Amino acid sequence: MRLPCPICGERDLREFSYLGDAVRLHRPAPDAGTDAWDAYLHLRDNPAGRTRDLWQHEAGCGAWIVVTRDTVSHAVEGAQLAAEMRDAD
Amino acid sequence: MRFSALRLLTEGLTGNRGWGPHWRDPAPKSEYDIVIIGGGGHGLSTAYYLAKEHGLRNVAVLEKGYLGGGNVGRNTTIVRANYFLPGNSEFYSHSLKLWEGLEDELNYNVMHSQRGLINLFHSDGQRDAFARRGNAMINQGDDAVLLDRAGVRKHLPYLDFDNTRFPIYGGLLHPRGGTARHDAVAWGYARGADRRGVDLIQNCEVTGIDISGGRVTGVQTTRGAIRAKKVGIVVAGRSGQVAAMAGMRLPVESHVLQAFVTEGLKPCIDHVVSFGMGHFYISQSDKGGLVFGGDLDFYASYAARGNLPMKEHVMEAAMTLMPMIGKARVLRSWGGIMDMTPDGSPIIDKTGIDGLYIDCGWCYGGFKAVPGSGFSFAHLIAQDRHHAPAAKFRLDRFRTGVGLMDEEGTGAQHNLH
Repeated sequence: MRLPCPICGERDLREFSYLGDAVRLHRPAPDAGTDAWDAYLHLRDNPAGRTRDLWQHEAGCGAWIVVTRDTVSHAVEGAQLAAEMRDAD
Repeated sequence: MRFSALRLLTEGLTGNRGWGPHWRDPAPKSEYDIVIIGGGGHGLSTAYYLAKEHGLRNVAVLEKGYLGGGNVGRNTTIVRANYFLPGNSEFYSHSLKLWEGLEDELNYNVMHSQRGLINLFHSDGQRDAFARRGNAMINQGDDAVLLDRAGVRKHLPYLDFDNTRFPIYGGLLHPRGGTARHDAVAWGYARGADRRGVDLIQNCEVTGIDISGGRVTGVQTTRGAIRAKKVGIVVAGRSGQVAAMAGMRLPVESHVLQAFVTEGLKPCIDHVVSFGMGHFYISQSDKGGLVFGGDLDFYASYAARGNLPMKEHVMEAAMTLMPMIGKARVLRSWGGIMDMTPDGSPIIDKTGIDGLYIDCGWCYGGFKAVPGSGFSFAHLIAQDRHHAPAAKFRLDRFRTGVGLMDEEGTGAQHNLH
């Protein structure tokens, strides 16, 4: 699997570290309640198919990116900077 | 049909014409008392113990492919009870005891081989941690022996003891740990359940779960609707999709874990050896292949195959630990779908829906749990209360933060186990 860093271009998987589902971009308010925090921290759609997840280009530019890919075929659709995606949502 | 040495001899002398199928291939009935979704190791053992321990025989196991065609047929076959934390400790201890009587219980040769498992350590700090773990295992009633460097050398003379980064200081030996024949475990439970009247229905994929007034009433399948009073979900890596049919989201992410087998070799590795610092473990199958694996690829995946970087990492770790392995050729590799929970420990619990139960989250350690998981899940389904050794495997522990079982001590967070 090669991932397309929006800054550096397509790079080897080994340059990236994985955090998980992009749900992590949407941190609830401190007082949002147990259910919201549970959903944010633990519960996952865990899709077999298209997913969006957070990776860091750790051994490259250091950017956090959101990769859209398929968990069944490992096909990668694209990626964008996490900061841009968070601001857009 | 009962297996025995006499039967084997007789069949051998008469052209093996007397063997029949080990289980029936029934069509699904329209209604059962209990439907188990998933015909893997855990599902089959659940059905077996429902029939055997609780006398519940109007049970069906629904399998979308063939019996034992998932993780139970493709794993590194290690059986052990070397857990540290309350919850895991008593559960795996119980499971190992079931393993030790399994062949008699099932009248089936599962080739359970208690060849001993050695976890290596490489520093004084790690030795302390392993001594503590060994004491916890002994307190649980299981066995553990702390080996020094010379002790390890006696068992495993072929290791590189003087590796610069990870010199071997010693190891924790778990003599009752070992391996078993993975397929045979699934087949033995399938045969045992079938003989007690359980319908094992293959090529039957569940497409929906019927719920009415907060109570489960049955399932929709590719072979028609089946009504059921109780439904158990035991589908490992596919837990997220099946739970979604009941409107649930689970604290589970499915990841890929790779494993490797070499060509068949003469006996050279007598134990199960784990090299935690290199994320590597190995044993030799009775057929002669070296069976080894490493850590997760560490990204969500249902591909049932991994990527090259982890393959390279595992091969490097193998060469680091036992340079002799460089002479062996890898025959094949595969990737399994692991249902990872945030704390790395499993779930056996009721759900918010009456009559619907779930058994999942076995991460990369489900094989050794096959007997214990089935026993405890059957108890929960039959009696509607938790079986004591599995009572801490609660679904809500992540939400409440109470009773988390984080063996690695890295935090109850996805992608840390």
